[in-house]
Amino acid sequence: MTMLSDRQQLSYIASQAADARLNVELETEGMTLNIGPQHPATHGTLRIICRLDGEQVVWAEPSAGYMHRGYEKLTEVRTFPQVTTLINRIDWLGSFANEVPFILAAEKLMEIEAPPRAQVIRTILFELSRIANVSLFLGDLGVQMGAITPVFLAFRDREYVLNLIEGATGGRFHPNFDRIGGLKDDLPKGWIDETRQVMIKLQQFCDTIEDLLFGNEIFQSRMRGIGIIPADIAKSYGLSGANLRASGIDYDLRRDQELPMAWDKADWRVWTHPDGDSFARCWVRLQETRESCKIVEQLLDQIPAGPIMTKVPRIIKVPEGEAWVATENPLGEMGYYVVSKGDLGPFRVKIRSASFNNISVVPWALKGVYVPDVITILASLYFILGDIDR
Amino acid sequence: MGLVDRGRMPAPLTKLFNMSRSYSLWVYQWGLACCAIEMGAAFGSPRYDVMRLGVIPLPASPRQADFVCISGTVTDKMAPAIKRLWEQMPEPKYSISMGSCANCGGPYWDSYSVTKGVDQIIPIDVYVPGCPPRPEALLEGVVLLQQRIKNEDMAAKWRGDEYRNNRREYEVDDGGYRTHGVSGDPIPSNVPPREPIVVGGGPIE
Ligand code: SF4
Repeated sequence: MTMLSDRQQLSYIASQAADARLNVELETEGMTLNIGPQHPATHGTLRIICRLDGEQVVWAEPSAGYMHRGYEKLTEVRTFPQVTTLINRIDWLGSFANEVPFILAAEKLMEIEAPPRAQVIRTILFELSRIANVSLFLGDLGVQMGAITPVFLAFRDREYVLNLIEGATGGRFHPNFDRIGGLKDDLPKGWIDETRQVMIKLQQFCDTIEDLLFGNEIFQSRMRGIGIIPADIAKSYGLSGANLRASGIDYDLRRDQELPMAWDKADWRVWTHPDGDSFARCWVRLQETRESCKIVEQLLDQIPAGPIMTKVPRIIKVPEGEAWVATENPLGEMGYYVVSKGDLGPFRVKIRSASFNNISVVPWALKGVYVPDVITILASLYFILGDIDR
Repeated sequence: MGLVDRGRMPAPLTKLFNMSRSYSLWVYQWGLACCAIEMGAAFGSPRYDVMRLGVIPLPASPRQADFVCISGTVTDKMAPAIKRLWEQMPEPKYSISMGSCANCGGPYWDSYSVTKGVDQIIPIDVYVPGCPPRPEALLEGVVLLQQRIKNEDMAAKWRGDEYRNNRREYEVDDGGYRTHGVSGDPIPSNVPPREPIVVGGGPIE
């Protein structure tokens, strides 16, 4: 190392100081960026407050509560059959799936079980609502990245599924079809054939989306390696559903628990992805839609004959007790903890909805990413505001 | 628009203007809850296709919009944002309230956090009842709104007669600054109050 003379040293220090001054002058102040509460990328009214340093997010926090409708309090003043009307609207894209865990919890308390025919039809409708839910997600994914075509495709093909749900239940959106002890009605004539055809169309839709979107170079470069959530983080934040499976954890409540439903009658598999990035989350959802189509197709052949309603009293009083039932809903694990005091209505209902936990990882996942990636990460996490705020 | 603000619009010209206004409506989609998806189906899907009615569904900001479609549950936390949005929109502006929640609270009529009716915050022209209303119902609401626009007297609207007559309760005296109402003239008594339009007739629910 050469020794610097005093003069050289001084000039070196001066240049350092000049650089530092320059840095101080150039240092940009942090900026706070507000995304929402009304933003097309937030699927409703989520507000995300980001503190930026240049193009990078240094701190982000979701501000929920813009869609808080007070479900848990409202269920206390409704009777058991009335509650299903309300909880339909928690995850509004997959309405029927919301009713099922609650009804199962009530049935558990009453110690009754729906007849086999009702169980199979319930499972079919459950999966149809998953398809209706996730197909819109797949279409919407393109919009977040500036591609508008997929959303038209999604809306077109989703209508077929909604028609099916409407045909069976009478409600396009909020069926309110599940009853304690069975279902409201039997399937209409011709519904099964119609469903078969629609399932073929939906599988074609999945193929199209896979071609159009997942094979797209821009899509891949904006999704792959972005927003990686490792398995331990996913677990510790309580993620569920496709978000968890995309981090490589093989966990699906449809397969992993015993419920009086008909998933075990069909042959299907749980998809996982080792990467844990945005692409993996979307890809797992795409595969799940295909699996759902397969489940529906297989179950259509296995609907047993028989009644669709067990014997339940006209005025339903649920005996005292507590029950917890969770199912694998389109967005993830959704569960109800029902406390009954033997009245017409529940004493207390705790709702565990998937999106609330899925969104809680946002402050962690958004740290250090670039602003355009915020939108894709949020889109791939896939939440629904009613499901977050309840 | 010298003719309009002097209040002397020849009838044929009014008709022409109203026709053009009603067939180039830019709608700002203020989607809040479940109804937002049905609104998306009505405005953004190939099956319902609102553009054939002359409605353009995707303005970049409320400042470019002619009418706003409020669809879904309005919560007390959201209400100030809706008010601000409405005030950002330029006159003449219209509004559609879609779904029971926005009309009157809907299934959450006894909830502690839901605003029972968006008409407490902003004036509403057309109510679309239903939970959620079918996309067809929303399209009918749009058609009814277009009919209202076609029958409007532009000069009266410019003077704000009609506006003040019907929307008095929304006028806020903000330290000498009147939020609504253009001129200070007395309101002529021959202007009938505007009835709210409800799709399918019947009560607002
Ligand atoms: S009116 Fe019904 S469908 Fe519409 S936002 Fe309210 S609860 Fe949802």
